[in-house]
Amino acid sequence: MPPVRAPEEAPTPEPGPSEEGRGTPVGRRVVLGMLGLGAVGVGVGGAVQDKLDSVLASVSAKDPTGVVGLLPGGGGFRFYSVSNSIPHRGESDYRLTVGGLVDRPAGYRLADLRALPQTRVVHDVQCVTGWRVPKTAFSGVRLSTLLDAAGVRPGGTAIRFNCFDGVYTESLTLDQARGADILVALTMNDKPVTAAHGGPVRLYVAPMYFYKSAKWLSGITVTKDVQPGYWEHYGYDVDGWVGKSNGRSDDPTT
Amino acid sequence: MTPPPDSRLRTGLRRFTRAETWVHRSVNWLMGICVLTGACLYFPPLAELVGRRRTVVTLHEYSGIAVPVPVLLGLASRAVRRDLGRLGRFFPHDWRWLRVALRRRRREPSLAGKFNAGQKLYAAFAAGALLIMAGTGILMWFPRLSPLMWRTGSTFVHDWLALAFAAAIAGHVWFATQDPEARRGLRTGYVSRWWAREEHPLWRTEPPPEPPQEGP
Repeated sequence: MPPVRAPEEAPTPEPGPSEEGRGTPVGRRVVLGMLGLGAVGVGVGGAVQDKLDSVLASVSAKDPTGVVGLLPGGGGFRFYSVSNSIPHRGESDYRLTVGGLVDRPAGYRLADLRALPQTRVVHDVQCVTGWRVPKTAFSGVRLSTLLDAAGVRPGGTAIRFNCFDGVYTESLTLDQARGADILVALTMNDKPVTAAHGGPVRLYVAPMYFYKSAKWLSGITVTKDVQPGYWEHYGYDVDGWVGKSNGRSDDPTT
Repeated sequence: MTPPPDSRLRTGLRRFTRAETWVHRSVNWLMGICVLTGACLYFPPLAELVGRRRTVVTLHEYSGIAVPVPVLLGLASRAVRRDLGRLGRFFPHDWRWLRVALRRRRREPSLAGKFNAGQKLYAAFAAGALLIMAGTGILMWFPRLSPLMWRTGSTFVHDWLALAFAAAIAGHVWFATQDPEARRGLRTGYVSRWWAREEHPLWRTEPPPEPPQEGP
């Protein structure tokens, strides 16, 4: 409870103020007023936040302190990890394995991935929880390049992705995985993907919600059927097309 | 033998019953967990430090939805109901307290009953904020309850009100750190008579309270 400091001058007590009687129900009015405002906010909040997002994004681009980035919708990514800590791997200990129903299983070091043809894709990133980061560049190896190199056997219809955080998994059908904008990404905004953003190598599935773009990618396994990924066990759609899944209607990212 | 420190602290004027200190302490803990886990979900640096998103989300959801429980249980106590009534009602001197606070940036103790107008407003704001946070939180917790537009709106309200609520709580805690006697009141239930005379002169104590048997 806020205490009260002694006054500088002696107070002049009014004769007989007291808390007898009914008084004014200010507490009830404040609570009901706030509930009303809250309901209005729920109704119009989506539109307001859209406007704010663009304002905050432009402010935060010129804000060297990064404080604006901490406001809701203050531009930029929110960090989600389901594992206990950020895993770190680099040149010496990073390996991406390609296996399962393939003719030629393979293991790639970072240098091996860099030596393959690189593709750069610039699109918005859309999270299923609502935030969107405009015009983010990813570059890396097309997933289809790795699949072609491994040679998918006739029985394979889907891909399972494993991550070296030891927890996260994702999946795509083979058709989805062959899209030209599905990358095994090595850079984000033209810098190596940082550990917090899923580096050194993450998946980037441009046309889908960002939970499909698994961080800390370490394993690509061709499977017989789709094996739902981590969040998909908690109710997210397996086919996570932006604007056409998870009950959302966001603008497409591609 | 020296008396145990407890009995020394339990002298003076009875400000709160056991039920009331229990309600306040329970709300404290639950709100503390809710605010900390919320911060870990929200601020990227903290989120990166803590990770374990599902665990943190679960803690946040259950601690948040549990905050009103001790208050509702407390309603069984007459003292709690009575003080909630005091917190909710404004009298002429409360308006004057507010005017002094706004114009002269001063908290005028001579215009305070058991609770001053600032405490009353904080209590009302906290109650309203808590209900809104719980409501919007539930809409996001169970996405199938409502259309997407409401969920986006809920996220908007939940995020921004969280910042405002955090600022209010910070103020509440700041005032508490400034007044050890007020803290003693909530810890032990007793305050000294000089403090009550100085800070809450319009507080009319009720007829001597019966021993605290209504506590849960």
